[in-house]
Amino acid sequence: MPKDHGIGASPKRREDARFLTGAGQYTDDINIHNQAYVHFLRSDVAHGKITNIDTTEAAEMPGVVRIFTGADFEGIGGLPCGWEITDKNGDPMKEPAHPVLAQGKVRHVGDPIAAVVADSLEEARNAAEAIVVDIEDLPAVVNMKAALTSDSALVHDDLSDNLCYDWQFGSDTEVVEKAFSEAAHVTTLELVNNRLIANPMEPRVAVGDYARANDESTLYTTSQNPHVIRLLMGAFVLGIPEHKLRVVAPDVGGGFGTKIFHYAEEAFCTFAARQINRAVKWTSTRSEAFMSDAHGRDHVTKIELALDADNNFTALRTDTYANMGAYLSTFSTSVPTWLHGTLMAGNYRTPAVQVNVKAVFTNTVPVDAYRGAGRPEATYSLERVIDKAARELGVDPIKLRRQNFITQFPYATPVAVEYDTGDYVATMDKMEELMDLGNFDARRKESEAKGKLRGLGINCFIEACGIAPSNLVGQLGARAGLYDAATVRVNATGSISVMVGAHSHGQGHETVFPQVVAEMLGIDDSLIDIVHGDTSKIPFGMGTYGSRSLAVCGSAMVRATEKIINKAKKIAAHLLEASEADIELKDGQFSVAGTDKSVAWGDVTLAAYVPHNYPLEDIEPGLEETAFYDPANFTYPAGAYACEVELDPETGEVKIEKFVSSDDFGNVINPMIVEGQVHGGIAQGIGQALLENASYDENGQLLSASYMDYAMPRADDLPMMANYVVDHSCQTPCTHNPLGVKGCGEAGAIGSPPTVVNAVIDALHSGGHKVEHIDMPVTPSRVWAAMQA
Amino acid sequence: MKMSDSRIIKAPREQVWAAIQDPEVLKACVPGCTEMSGSPEEGYEATVVQKVGPVKATFKGQVAMTDMTAPEALKLSGEGKGGAAGFAKGGAVVTLAEVEDGTELHYDVEANVGGKLAQLGSRIIDGFAKKMADQFFENFQNAVEGPGDVTEAEPEEKKSWLKKITG
Repeated sequence: MPKDHGIGASPKRREDARFLTGAGQYTDDINIHNQAYVHFLRSDVAHGKITNIDTTEAAEMPGVVRIFTGADFEGIGGLPCGWEITDKNGDPMKEPAHPVLAQGKVRHVGDPIAAVVADSLEEARNAAEAIVVDIEDLPAVVNMKAALTSDSALVHDDLSDNLCYDWQFGSDTEVVEKAFSEAAHVTTLELVNNRLIANPMEPRVAVGDYARANDESTLYTTSQNPHVIRLLMGAFVLGIPEHKLRVVAPDVGGGFGTKIFHYAEEAFCTFAARQINRAVKWTSTRSEAFMSDAHGRDHVTKIELALDADNNFTALRTDTYANMGAYLSTFSTSVPTWLHGTLMAGNYRTPAVQVNVKAVFTNTVPVDAYRGAGRPEATYSLERVIDKAARELGVDPIKLRRQNFITQFPYATPVAVEYDTGDYVATMDKMEELMDLGNFDARRKESEAKGKLRGLGINCFIEACGIAPSNLVGQLGARAGLYDAATVRVNATGSISVMVGAHSHGQGHETVFPQVVAEMLGIDDSLIDIVHGDTSKIPFGMGTYGSRSLAVCGSAMVRATEKIINKAKKIAAHLLEASEADIELKDGQFSVAGTDKSVAWGDVTLAAYVPHNYPLEDIEPGLEETAFYDPANFTYPAGAYACEVELDPETGEVKIEKFVSSDDFGNVINPMIVEGQVHGGIAQGIGQALLENASYDENGQLLSASYMDYAMPRADDLPMMANYVVDHSCQTPCTHNPLGVKGCGEAGAIGSPPTVVNAVIDALHSGGHKVEHIDMPVTPSRVWAAMQA
Repeated sequence: MKMSDSRIIKAPREQVWAAIQDPEVLKACVPGCTEMSGSPEEGYEATVVQKVGPVKATFKGQVAMTDMTAPEALKLSGEGKGGAAGFAKGGAVVTLAEVEDGTELHYDVEANVGGKLAQLGSRIIDGFAKKMADQFFENFQNAVEGPGDVTEAEPEEKKSWLKKITG
């Protein structure tokens, strides 16, 4: 009988009541008396020198309050990058200025040139049309490899070239080269990890407000991490001290990484509100979202795998070009390096692993973390090359993976991380069972009878979540700590508000976090609410990304709740005239061990706030505790995925017939929410594998900038629910956080793209088409072209 | 995108050469053109209203004629700004050769679009540009040749643009 409350139960998501009835309060729902509206005039060329901006006529137009250009931001800080990478020569990365509004040059289509603030949005838009901007076109830098040639135009004139950094990591070159020279077999693969646009359902919005009376600024914004925005914008951009700056991220309709970063529009609205002493609101249109939200992925990689005569992996080497876009977005530099290179060992005990990454500036939208952030890129490269090796060697891809699995834990990889726990054999066993592999040949014959080709794709993955130990990431160049914080405020009558640094924008924290506290205290979870998303209410936490909320912030909440229990036991001991050591807490009752003496949770909390009979000489009144939690290690969720595709050789169309994920997330607090996270993650990964592509032409024009040209996955692109199986029954609890949880938010998006592509290649081979690789998205035209080649 | 084509215009080369520099002829021939003024020496100012897929815009821009070798060749280049719709720019190298039936007009066109036009219309822009070029040179041919070739079925439809303008 599954539990109906507490840890392990699947109560319905309490936040859905307001979302589904239209009662959510999103940033665009926030309207401040007398607010003005801003429209950004954006560059429609990819690269050019601004020779003149004439706002004279526009400034006279009806409703215009003020027009801002780059000149208004001279002397004000640019948008900072949060992670400094040191290149292979020991030099710091190149870090060009990232102005709020373009200064001197425009560097991508969508780069904001001017901002018109007006009484209404329509008036702001009309006036923007009257701004005359003269831009001298410069050659657009689009292709990463061409960008690094000596005759390429420079995205940033003050840099010597378009290379941000040339990073090398892992085993020594001599060790790797020796392994390759001694290898019995080497498999090489060149591939592209396609550029994606996150497309959260809610576009970005920012409302800046200013109270002149007390010199306080407030920014309402669609953020995954309001404290990070307050710190970055306050300290580095606008110079507003924290106590005069409040950042609120209310209900947020999806983030997927692209709402982590500090954006120009947030700084602009906060700045402009102070300048004009009026609230300033910006709501992104969908078109603006395509050309101003940070994009994801965009790696071009060559990967080589060395094997010995017994098919043991002996060495792995990668050479990747990673697109940074025109400017360094907040965490852009960490994605192709520490979030990618450290995962390149995968689930395998390859003794030598070396990762090389060149990060390149181009005249495209900045690229940063997108669901999985570096780990999908690592998994895709590794699992595609393993699949190709299996085919070249004529061995079963499952057997080849099993043979090379890490089976002893903890395991220190050649790429710096130590996996605390895992059981890759168990997840593979579970996947094989759920996939019904024994009957695959029969299903393939059925497909062939219909004139279709059926393929089976296998994939394993590991990721590093629960980011991250602050002292470690500090050594690696992070300019922030990555702990989190929670305050448990018990009220007089026993109800509880938990203020958390994590931010929920689809994850279901408001349901899950109370399940944990309720379990610890033995009280009903309806007595507990989560407060998040407002820097004036919550302790300084780092927010939600990298599948970290429960592993890091949840751990802080556990620590704070433990402090509450300790204090409550002291109060109970006083009330029961017993020794604190004899007090037990069970089902919301404090009792004296071995007796029938007890007091209820509510009696203790009331005593804390009405301390008439209370040990005031020993402890303070009140019942409120805060804990900060800094993780000792990353967590390492892992799994085995499989999918079956049916491919129409007449058209090249690929249909996913069945998808199975077997994940190890450690302990699971709410299975229903975990399954929902994985379902969504896999859907996003299938989108990357089959449909999505952010496409630029040679002039740097973004061609796929609407839903006419950017294909998002739809329900009919996914298998029916009965064939869309997500399993998390294999559980090796994390050894270093109190909940034993690992994180589940990104797994689906990490594990699914190579699974799909491996299946397509398998289908093609079953039909006699010796296709080695097709780059994502594996569209019908690409499949068909590969079949004809 | 790039495209090229040829057509035979039943008129002497000198007449074709003169027509292609006449702002009134150009105005009549550029599809959607509502205003056109200027001269070959100083360039032309033009306003064109066009709808590309979902994007309708008024483009204001300049057209310049360069590399003029009378009466054989010239280069037309122009850029139109459509405000929020983005921009379109392009060039056409036009050569005129004397042939038996009159003048062979050959053109090599290169066109680029940017901004919303590229973002929303990239799939249809090639076809659109080809249609624009075809229409322009079709109109131009009709304008120069006048009513002489008109089939009798549709006299109103095929009445020379040039005649309409010049009366």
